Amino acid sequence: MKNVREATAFDVERVRQDFPVLDTGIAYLDNAATTQKPRRVIERVSRYYCEENANVHRGVHDLSEIATREYEGARRRIANHINAANEREIVFVRGTTEAINLVASSFVRPLLGDKSRILITALEHHSNVVPWQALCDETGARLDVAPIDDTGQLILEEFEKLLKLQPVIAAFLSVSNALGTVNPVSEMVAMCKLYGVPTLIDGAQSVPHEKVDVKQLNCDFFAFSAHKAFGPTGIGALYGREELLNTMRPYQFGGDMILSVSYEKTKYAPAPARFEAGTPNIAGAIGMGEAIAYLDEVGNFQEHERDLLERATRELKAIKGVRIIGTAKHKVGVVSFLLDDVHPHDIGTILNEGGVAVRAGHHCAQPLMRRFDIPGTCRASFAFYNNASDVDALIAGVKKAKEVFGS
Amino acid sequence: MSQLSDLYQEMILDHYRNPRNATPIANETHHAEGHNPLCGDDVEVHLQVQGGIVKEVAVRGVGCAISTASSSLMSEAIRGKSIAEIEQMFEKFHAMVTSPLEAAAPIDGLGKLEVFAGVRSYPVRIKCATLAWHALMAALQGSEQPVTTEAGE
Repeated sequence: MKNVREATAFDVERVRQDFPVLDTGIAYLDNAATTQKPRRVIERVSRYYCEENANVHRGVHDLSEIATREYEGARRRIANHINAANEREIVFVRGTTEAINLVASSFVRPLLGDKSRILITALEHHSNVVPWQALCDETGARLDVAPIDDTGQLILEEFEKLLKLQPVIAAFLSVSNALGTVNPVSEMVAMCKLYGVPTLIDGAQSVPHEKVDVKQLNCDFFAFSAHKAFGPTGIGALYGREELLNTMRPYQFGGDMILSVSYEKTKYAPAPARFEAGTPNIAGAIGMGEAIAYLDEVGNFQEHERDLLERATRELKAIKGVRIIGTAKHKVGVVSFLLDDVHPHDIGTILNEGGVAVRAGHHCAQPLMRRFDIPGTCRASFAFYNNASDVDALIAGVKKAKEVFGS
Repeated sequence: MSQLSDLYQEMILDHYRNPRNATPIANETHHAEGHNPLCGDDVEVHLQVQGGIVKEVAVRGVGCAISTASSSLMSEAIRGKSIAEIEQMFEKFHAMVTSPLEAAAPIDGLGKLEVFAGVRSYPVRIKCATLAWHALMAALQGSEQPVTTEAGE
């Protein structure tokens, strides 16, 4: 069991001091794209290169032993953070996208025939659409998409209907990057279990906002990226149940993933090494471990984030002509909106002029945008280091856009 | 905020709200599409060229104020012009929106298109202003492939 930390009051102004980039005065509201990094993570990566740099798992010399210890220590921290049974259930990957591709290629692909089905939802990021589509093109399998309602909420009954068709996997996100909808993942996994369907959760947007417990979720796979949770880019983790990982074929082939090699036969190492061919992103993994440790220590920021989202939503709604896209009951971290006939990119440019960074566009979710019959939205996405002034700057910028466009 | 008002001038907002030459034309001779995959902007350029002169033009698309207004003003600027004149116009236009602020070349002979000079203060918006022009050049060159902003500016 994890340590449950004492509930301490969350002090946003203290936390902001941990993030050097915030000193520039930017109102950074593009956290769903990537989060800023605390000094501690930046310094940890730097310290690895200054003092500990060596290749891992080749430990005849001390430095390699230190690098290996830190790399594997990061894996343990991540396993603890999401409550995996042990660190062998954590595979280091480049990010959520690679994690999903790994499951697609090593777990799902060998099970597919032309009568097979794969199930996703209408909320997915392209990274949880395109890998499955490619498999379907290759095998003749069919991709089913569980629909959402007009608020951006998954229609569970429809999801269940599609489960009855016995897909090879059900892959769905926990939190929508484009709308902020929180999926009822526990309930969805339970449903999948009922029909014997394996599950992959795209957790990229949930890790920075809420405590993840894979044991409790009971999912088979859980994918996430470090950079969306205060860690470095180019590194992420795939959680997979150990017995499942060890039945899967390797993803890439090369050094570091083998037990023995001859020209006649190669024996693959058990997970996670089986999936980590080649020299890994050691600095990234160590930085990710540090980010996770930081996240564990920051404390109870959920209420603060809820307040920010509520405040932004309330004040945006008060501006005539603003339309919020995604009004599900349960949301976290994201408010997507449109202003009259002003294109999201123009709003983005005007917000940028006022020092507010947002994302404007389709958010790598074009089918989802099509569902709402819009080309894209303007999206403000929050992290715990955002404060009320950031929201005020957003609101002022939207009002400015209204003024510029005379709408 | 003075740069903002340079960017979003009244004429640009007007052409965004009421794009010109949006109705289909008859006897089309040239056609091309432009696409910006990063933002989802699309534009279609349809031309009727006779004796090296653009007689008729229609542009249609989905995009932001800058890209919509740029298509619209371009369509007005090219009607009745020869292909050689249009190529020259494109070169001048491209130089105007891409030249760095400090090294800005003097702008002349672009008429209404000079309204886009403000774009050069916003490097990320250059593609919005040039998308329709790239599609136009592709149409004139008889290119079958839709042009994309991601093949290099």
